[in-house]
Amino acid sequence: MTDTQAEVHEAGRSRETLLEIEGLSKAFGTVRANEDISLRVDRGEIVALLGENGAGKSTLVKQIFGLMTPDAGTITIKGDSSRIKDPKDAIRRGIGMVHQHFQLVPVMTVAENMMLGHESTRSGMLDLDGARDMVRELSARHNLSVDPDAEVEDLPVGTQQRVEILKALSREVDLLILDEPTAVLTPQETDELLGVMKDLAAGGTSIVFITHKLREVLSVADRCYVLRQGKVVGGVDDLSSTTTSDLASMMVGREVVLRVDKAEATPGETVLSIKDLHVRDDRGLPAVDGFDLEVRAGEIVGVAGVEGNGQRELVESLAGMRPPVSGSVHLGSGADAVDITRSNARDTNNAGVGHIPEDREKHGLVGGYSIADNLVLNRFDEAPFAKGFIRDFGAVREYAEGLRTEFDIRSPNVEAPAASLSGGNKQKVVVAREMSARPRLLMAAQPTRGVDVGSIEFVHRRIVEARDAGAAVLLVSAELDEVLSLADRIAVIHGGKVVAEIAGKDADRTEIGRLMAGDSDSH
Amino acid sequence: MEWFLRNKVWATTALLVLVAAYAFYFVNSNIAVSMFSYAWFLAVPLVLGAMVGVIGERSGVVNIGIEGQMLVGAFAAFFAAAATQSVIIGVIAGALSGIAMGAFLAFTTVKGQLDQIIAGVVINIVATGITSFYYESGKTIPRGLPNFDVPLLSKIPLIGPVFFSDGPIALFALVIALVLHVLLFKTRWGLRTRAVGEYPSAADTAGINVVGLRLFNVTVAGTLAGIAGTYLSMEATSTFERDMSAGRGFLALAILIFGAWRPMRALAAALFFGFMSASASQLQASNVVDIPQQFINLLPYVLTLVVLAAAAGRVRAPGAVGQPFVKGD
Repeated sequence: MTDTQAEVHEAGRSRETLLEIEGLSKAFGTVRANEDISLRVDRGEIVALLGENGAGKSTLVKQIFGLMTPDAGTITIKGDSSRIKDPKDAIRRGIGMVHQHFQLVPVMTVAENMMLGHESTRSGMLDLDGARDMVRELSARHNLSVDPDAEVEDLPVGTQQRVEILKALSREVDLLILDEPTAVLTPQETDELLGVMKDLAAGGTSIVFITHKLREVLSVADRCYVLRQGKVVGGVDDLSSTTTSDLASMMVGREVVLRVDKAEATPGETVLSIKDLHVRDDRGLPAVDGFDLEVRAGEIVGVAGVEGNGQRELVESLAGMRPPVSGSVHLGSGADAVDITRSNARDTNNAGVGHIPEDREKHGLVGGYSIADNLVLNRFDEAPFAKGFIRDFGAVREYAEGLRTEFDIRSPNVEAPAASLSGGNKQKVVVAREMSARPRLLMAAQPTRGVDVGSIEFVHRRIVEARDAGAAVLLVSAELDEVLSLADRIAVIHGGKVVAEIAGKDADRTEIGRLMAGDSDSH
Repeated sequence: MEWFLRNKVWATTALLVLVAAYAFYFVNSNIAVSMFSYAWFLAVPLVLGAMVGVIGERSGVVNIGIEGQMLVGAFAAFFAAAATQSVIIGVIAGALSGIAMGAFLAFTTVKGQLDQIIAGVVINIVATGITSFYYESGKTIPRGLPNFDVPLLSKIPLIGPVFFSDGPIALFALVIALVLHVLLFKTRWGLRTRAVGEYPSAADTAGINVVGLRLFNVTVAGTLAGIAGTYLSMEATSTFERDMSAGRGFLALAILIFGAWRPMRALAAALFFGFMSASASQLQASNVVDIPQQFINLLPYVLTLVVLAAAAGRVRAPGAVGQPFVKGD
């Protein structure tokens, strides 16, 4: 290479095309997951892929990483357009991927996970010392600290993700694909990750970044492509002049109300009163530590807090899934109050508590059951869904069809297994079931986690409708924006107890953020 | 030292057992040697069977067909030796039949995605059927596999006569447990095998051929089951009887669990079971206590129950055991 060529090369460096996709299509049966997709990623760029659940983003990146084979079209990486046979082939060509569900072996150490698939050996034995050194060296270079000897299952989610990123980086990646990397992270961890992404891009690594969160796109991406129903419906080359609502409407193809329209709340009698509740977590440590709260009919009380401050244990305890150590929970007020402190999940439900659980896959649905069965999961043995102990499938189907229409559950029929639905539609099934029972108290834990923008809007509207119909609503969410836009009253939880209660209309983002971080005593 | 600190409980237990065994040896060397020899004699097929399970389950494939694989191994070895009057050909036939049985399990479950339990049950039923149908009485083999002394090692008091003056398969069982331990925890194959059995999609995205590795492992493990069967018909005895595996394949699965899916612990567990059976026989023979034979014979199985109940909740099976792997799921 002559000097001039080198200069030209150097000058063109920022424009070098790393990945080019042309006319890519992929179908599953009759569903066209990707249709005629074309896009380009240059070196050192952060490109966001935006789209609702089921828009085909994951399918697209799985093809880039060799996990799926396209039906048509070409993927060209650094000028090479031959077929990507498998992940190994993709890794060889400089592609790294951090999956939405971490691809780490939980019982192995960080070092073992890092070396898996490209192990170095010394006289036939694994070179674990070498792997440890590699982890230390990489984590120092990228400023991502991890302990090479820690077992992955003992690490917090944010750290596991760090391991995933380091794992990808350990293989000389030119293009790093991040599939919804912030879905499981706390706000702090998210900020940290966005910082890491910027550093990597500055160092010449290109990043393809899948997300639902519009603010993250604006804060970190150079360009973005918007996917809808398997097609690229638009792209933004200059994100500085774009707003979140522009992006949101491109994603769903119409204007989206991100602010929730709701009338002033008219709280009635007390529906839920929690007094001095103490609950332990899975390890037997105090998680909820003297929690007091009242929720009245016709109001939405939002519990805001950094994840891991007892929210999960609180909700599980209220729902009858985790017996508390001490304290009391009553439903209703005065002489009619029912003690549900130690009721099991079914009795709690029968007492009038609807529960939209945080983990819908685990606690909200039975994936292998049909949508119809999932919709009557709390009432399958009662009339009209059963006559005596014989189930009436006709009545179930008819009822389910009604809910499918009412709650816009997108599925050809109600006989399909719930597991076949996208995240947003699964959530609609849970919401439909819990709300159609007309609960006195509706508990919604992270009701829009991993749900697309269109469904978020829908779920939010339904929650407000439940309130207006006179239900007491307890909303627990790690998304501060969600709490701010929905709640009439906000309880900030820190260290398992309420550290402040603020009226929704007076709420100030920074003030709540400060309280969430446990900064209340110092002032 | 570092190893000792990490395995405090196990190392201490092993040490105590060793001290107790030698104390016994100095009190009555004849009875000690005969009891421990008998314990090891009983433990050999359990060790080999448990290794079949370790390899399979560590790769994510349950093998409840060990029993049948052993039985076919015993059958093939004996009748090949009887037909050719060659001990060597018998051993080779036993091992090859094991490969075939291993391959059957591998291809039906890993490639064909047949339920692993069903495939195992099929193996057990087919094994009983084939070996009963083709069974011929009155056949003999020239001789069983001979015992021999390993130079130097066989001179060690107690350990020498117990472990190092046996037949070749007994020695093989001891060596394979050690070797498998090293392979599983110290080599590339082991790391990949464990990954494939714990979290196959992680292995897949790391570029490891999950299906290929499972096929290979389950097939190779079958060889060990065949050799365990060969031990029964050609080393422990010189005859084949109907259903001569007599539940040892299932006992091996219990030992696998008790041994926490680790080769060396499974070896220790098998020895424990062997020793319990040997003690029962000794009690019987010495007329110290008057318990009917049937109850004494029950002892190992009752112990299995007790031990498994105690182990339950303390040990954890490989994460993906029993689940077929579907790419891109």
